[in-house]
Amino acid sequence: MQPLERYASLLDDYDAFRAACERPLPSVVRVNTLKASIERARDALDAEGVAYEATDWHPGVLRLDERGPGTSWPYFHGWLHGQEEVSALPALALDPRPGEVVWDACAAPGSKTTQIADLMDDTGVLVGNDNNLGRLSALRHNAERLGITNLAVTNQDARNFSFKPFGDRTDEEERIEAFDRALVDAPCSCEGTIRKNPDALERWSMDHIKGIVGIQKGILKRAVQATRPGGTVVYSTCTFAPEENEAVLDHALEEADCEIVEWDAPEGFETDPGITEWNGEEYDSSVELAHRVYPHRNDTGGFFCAKLEVTA
Amino acid sequence: MTDSNEGDAPDAPDATDSAPPENDGQRFDRLPATADERDVPGRPSREEVVDWWEQRYGIAPETWDGHTFWEKGNGKLWAFADDVVSPIEVEGLGLRILRARQEHWKPSTNAVQRFATDATKNVVVLDAEEATRFAKGEDQELPRWDGDWGYVVAAHEIAGDNETSETPRATGEAGDVEPIGVGLYLHGELRSTVPKGRREDLS
Repeated sequence: MQPLERYASLLDDYDAFRAACERPLPSVVRVNTLKASIERARDALDAEGVAYEATDWHPGVLRLDERGPGTSWPYFHGWLHGQEEVSALPALALDPRPGEVVWDACAAPGSKTTQIADLMDDTGVLVGNDNNLGRLSALRHNAERLGITNLAVTNQDARNFSFKPFGDRTDEEERIEAFDRALVDAPCSCEGTIRKNPDALERWSMDHIKGIVGIQKGILKRAVQATRPGGTVVYSTCTFAPEENEAVLDHALEEADCEIVEWDAPEGFETDPGITEWNGEEYDSSVELAHRVYPHRNDTGGFFCAKLEVTA
Repeated sequence: MTDSNEGDAPDAPDATDSAPPENDGQRFDRLPATADERDVPGRPSREEVVDWWEQRYGIAPETWDGHTFWEKGNGKLWAFADDVVSPIEVEGLGLRILRARQEHWKPSTNAVQRFATDATKNVVVLDAEEATRFAKGEDQELPRWDGDWGYVVAAHEIAGDNETSETPRATGEAGDVEPIGVGLYLHGELRSTVPKGRREDLS
């Protein structure tokens, strides 16, 4: 079965969805305002004759007319970072503040991590974790190129993340024992990246999804535990599969002290609500507050994003 | 990813009761505030690091007010935007700014791009063609430079105002120049130290 056919029942304009999935994605960059203002970065692109168009919903997210942002001076200076447009959503939902302690549970290669650092004005403590040591070098490289100094990089299994390196249960004044906010941008079946990677669905199988769901649930549960009461957890994936999205949220609502909260997508960015029923399974009605992003709505990749508040 | 091809230092042997503590390449240790508080031989103090940036590049000491300084590996110094427990065993902590514990300290490309926008000394301003060669990693003759030998900030003019940078440069040219990276100036030649992973052909 063609995996995307599963979603025909969710979409009344399924043909437009399929047509969008066939088109390649534009090359998009985000301005790194730690090093240059949006205006300065855009002036520098203009001066080099690099053509771009700002997205409807964010003046610092720019679609380039030609592929490949790497070979321009503003990029060399770390004023720009290549980042798929839709992947700028979860950091906005997380809404981190300067001076906070924030966790990115699955951080490499770091486009969302570095956006979080920018939103924190490069202050406070941002813990960027990934279980893959090889991918951590890409995270460090990207963060350093963008001039970020508030990032501590760890290499742990996020499901069992330990604060021990940060002085947990000591009397050290600088110890860290909980996060103010956490992003779980979970490993997933990546259906929504089909426009970037035409091979994304070649290894698709229900067994693979069933295996990865356990990891997603484990990481989200740990993120809720590791975040202080009243704090924020954002869950995101780049897949359409309800098993990896609403079902994981539903599980967290039962197993962990959290609730899904309302978050409005940026003006000019169109999303669909989470679904409460799939293949005979019913989910908590609050999963409707989550955002499904279909490629044909905003001409982006596919995505899923939900904002949670920790209740105890 | 780090500048150049410096690997992590090998494990330091465990300190014993009789020997002074040694640098441990597997973890980050906060730098002592001053030389008087130093207990690991050879480790620079925060004061020495701040003074070095000011003396060599004219970077105001207040630039570093929000940052703590750390050593991991032999002489690799990092700047972190907050404070955490010391020592700390993590894979990265802030931005690697400097290679110390050698006769001539060497700043990193990423450090000068971030922190040397207001440098007033040892800034070599390159024209468009020179800047392109520098970013590509090429060495070039540059006999016009009459400042110090050693590690310099290579910079160029780029569009747009940098509101934080209005300082006249050591070259006598005022204006909005932006640091590209670190050059090694020796015998009339400017060597680019832009690490392989950061080089670009911008011609």
